[in-house]
Amino acid sequence: MTPRNTPLLVAQGVTKYYGERLACRDVSFAIHPGEVIAVVGESGSGKTTLLALLSQRLKLSAGSVSYRQNGDLRDLDGLTEAERRRLQRTDWGFVHQDPREGLRMNVSAGANVGERLMATGWRHYGRIRNAAREWLTRVEIDETRIDDAPLSFSGGMRQRLQMAKNLVTHPRLVFMDEPTGGLDVSVQARLLDLIRALVADLGLAAIIVTHDLAVARLLSHRILVMKNGEVIEAGLTDRVLDDPREAYTQLLVSSVLAA
Amino acid sequence: MSAPSYNFAYLDEQTKRMIRRAILKAIAVPGYQVPFASREMPMPYGWGTGGVQITASIIGPKDVLKVIDQGSDDTTNAVSIRAFFAKVASVAVTTRTREADIIQTRHRIPETPLAEGQIIVFQVPIPEPLRFLEPRETETRLMHALEDYGPMHIKLYEDIARHGHIATTYAYPVRVAGRYLMDPSPTPKFDNPKMHISPALQLFGAGREKRIYAIPPNTEVVSLDFEDHPFEVQRFDRTCALCGAAGVYLDEVLTDDKGARMFVCSDTDHCECRQAAPRLAEGA
Amino acid sequence: MYVAVKGGEKAIAAAHEQLSRARRGDRAFAELELAQIREQLALAVARVMSEASLYDAELAALAIKQSRGDLIEAIFLARAYRTTLPRFGESLPIATERMTIKRRISACFKDMPGGQVLGPTFDYTHRLLGEMGKAADEENVASKPGVPASCKMPGVAHLESLASDATASCPRVAKLLGNEALIEEPPSPSHARPGDITREPLGFPAERDVRLQSLARGDEGFLLGLAYSTQRGFGRTHPFAGEIRFGNVEVEFEAPELGFSVPLGEIEVTECDMVNQFRGSANAPPQFTRGYGLVFGQSERKAMSMALVDRALRARELGEEITAPAQDEEFVLSHSDNVQATGFVEHLKLPHYVDFQAELFLLRQLRREWEERHAAVTATQQPSREAAE
Repeated sequence: MTPRNTPLLVAQGVTKYYGERLACRDVSFAIHPGEVIAVVGESGSGKTTLLALLSQRLKLSAGSVSYRQNGDLRDLDGLTEAERRRLQRTDWGFVHQDPREGLRMNVSAGANVGERLMATGWRHYGRIRNAAREWLTRVEIDETRIDDAPLSFSGGMRQRLQMAKNLVTHPRLVFMDEPTGGLDVSVQARLLDLIRALVADLGLAAIIVTHDLAVARLLSHRILVMKNGEVIEAGLTDRVLDDPREAYTQLLVSSVLAA
Repeated sequence: MSAPSYNFAYLDEQTKRMIRRAILKAIAVPGYQVPFASREMPMPYGWGTGGVQITASIIGPKDVLKVIDQGSDDTTNAVSIRAFFAKVASVAVTTRTREADIIQTRHRIPETPLAEGQIIVFQVPIPEPLRFLEPRETETRLMHALEDYGPMHIKLYEDIARHGHIATTYAYPVRVAGRYLMDPSPTPKFDNPKMHISPALQLFGAGREKRIYAIPPNTEVVSLDFEDHPFEVQRFDRTCALCGAAGVYLDEVLTDDKGARMFVCSDTDHCECRQAAPRLAEGA
Repeated sequence: MYVAVKGGEKAIAAAHEQLSRARRGDRAFAELELAQIREQLALAVARVMSEASLYDAELAALAIKQSRGDLIEAIFLARAYRTTLPRFGESLPIATERMTIKRRISACFKDMPGGQVLGPTFDYTHRLLGEMGKAADEENVASKPGVPASCKMPGVAHLESLASDATASCPRVAKLLGNEALIEEPPSPSHARPGDITREPLGFPAERDVRLQSLARGDEGFLLGLAYSTQRGFGRTHPFAGEIRFGNVEVEFEAPELGFSVPLGEIEVTECDMVNQFRGSANAPPQFTRGYGLVFGQSERKAMSMALVDRALRARELGEEITAPAQDEEFVLSHSDNVQATGFVEHLKLPHYVDFQAELFLLRQLRREWEERHAAVTATQQPSREAAE
């Protein structure tokens, strides 16, 4: 067990250029086991790019991302493709804003949840199915829907299925990109409750990208505020939202309050 | 204009050497798809150009060739390919499995067990077993390199979830020598067990997709399955209407437009041998 | 040197004259007769008739000759002529189950009532250049008296005896499967008037009648590529060639004032019934589904491609996920017409001087701005980047 005071993932000077355009500049922070960090900002502020860089879906132009495995903090740049995939499908999760990117839409819910298990060597149909059933229940999907494809699911159900698909291997760190984006307000509330409960129950660390400060308030311990590819303010969630220091953060907070 | 003339077995010797090198590599890495510079052949892609190129590259003047399609020596494609080699290589041809040195086949492995020294050449349309999960070649090659075969089980899982059993009936994927996932070509899964520890050399050629792969003699070939849903072959609850054989693969033949039908051996040579000398074949 | 001048009419007239000369080729050789094209390039004629939607071998031969063998140009010529023809009515649907069979094969069953009739085909030939074109042989064959030898495959012994019965007919293979409800029913005959893409603009979503019409006149190469893509995993349909038949069918016309139908004559068609594996969906039980192809003359490649694409385009109706180009009806139907396609692609040869001049102007401006900005950025950023490292 990793002690809570040693970081799980450390970002140092994370920078990304697209051609000559700077998308993300010199971002440094650490996340500890069980900690939830929200990355907030307007669209185009670089928060989704940052998530892709941290989760090794994009190559860094400069800086480093290190992750703790077997007690050692290791620079992920040195990972082979096989190690990277293994990490992404066992110890990490990634929840896309659009569940169609994270699910196989024409394959049953059970197989979607079972995929990671099969990819890591499970070869007993009955056990895979039991695990899938258990996880569907945990994300509040009726287990009778186990053989239905997500094509027939509502947006909220798809998003919950995506959670189950990611959590079945008990990852330690989950990346979420606007997990409640595109959902109705009532559906959003239910999903947020579920995410909060799962994160707490499983002791997950999570990095959540959102433009919605209410989501950040509800789920996160700490906040990074991004603007033009840079982190302009960081701190405990309550502190940043109740007493924002930067003018831009104040604007963000007040525009939410005004709405 | 005078008609062009052609080399022994159609292909020029340099091309044959190139293909033989690919075959040797394929044998050295069982189940791995070796890319090769497939040539235009005088039959269309999808009609066995891969198999024909392999056969043309390994056949010698003294070899005896058998060609089957759907188990039969007398189907159009089998007749055509056999005639091709009789013409361009002047080799002896046979329909008897036991007499053949090289057996080129489409969709079946003969019922008569193959022997040491024989080579069976499979015609392959789509060599990539992962193709229908992932259409892109760059990605499937990476999946092979990383032994990333989990997605293949998704398909089998879906079959069981929907039908209670695995519903893949032909081109049933196998693991060769514990490493590469391989498509056995569209043979019925009935024939999969014949590939396992076969004394014969098994070569697979895909002309259009430009791949050659191989199973060396006495190599382990395991059909994918789940521990609680083990691999099973088709079982026919009847015997051949012509020779009475049991435990062989049968073709369904429609006999009228009222739904009447009969079942006969898919392997015509096996069937004819049994009809000619039923007792002899029974003893074999 | 290329100088844009007015009075290009002269140049155009001269170009046309050169075309005429080029079309005729060396006058030392005899000019092609239409009958030669019709008889000896029958498959080219069939393609022109199909994709022009005009069954007239003589006119198609003329179009091929006039277009110097450029078949898309020939199709264009025949279509342009077709639009000028008055329409005096619609024939009855042709009854392909009563076809006079010249070729009929099934890849699903080794043998079935009516048997496998190989007919005239390249399929079992070896593509050895010069080997099959031996004129002497063909003269011999052509001048052979009597009925040509049977090209029916020997069937299973029991069936041979049945085939000699008076009932030896050629029922559709799909119908044989239909007896067990293993295959979907053909769409029930509808009295709704089928759409007509030559009279009404194509709209989306398009129903199957309109889709099939578009495919029937669609470009053979384009449909072939799409059909091929479905086989390689981009919208897979698990096809089996249930049946391909080629032969003559009678065209009948029912004149309203007569009250009964009158035969107008016979046409040659190729029909393809694809049988596709289907695992079932919320809307449909597991059963074989079908894709359909029908073209004028003998063109199995086109009929099969059409059937594969027809089935792929039924994804919406069958509740399948639409992921591949061949399943996207807007993509397929909007791009399958080669007369439209060649027109638009080749229109790039038309002058675009004015637009191009505007682009030139813009590009120069953009480059100037980029260089200014770049110079400014490198001037300010260079030191700070070094400091960061």
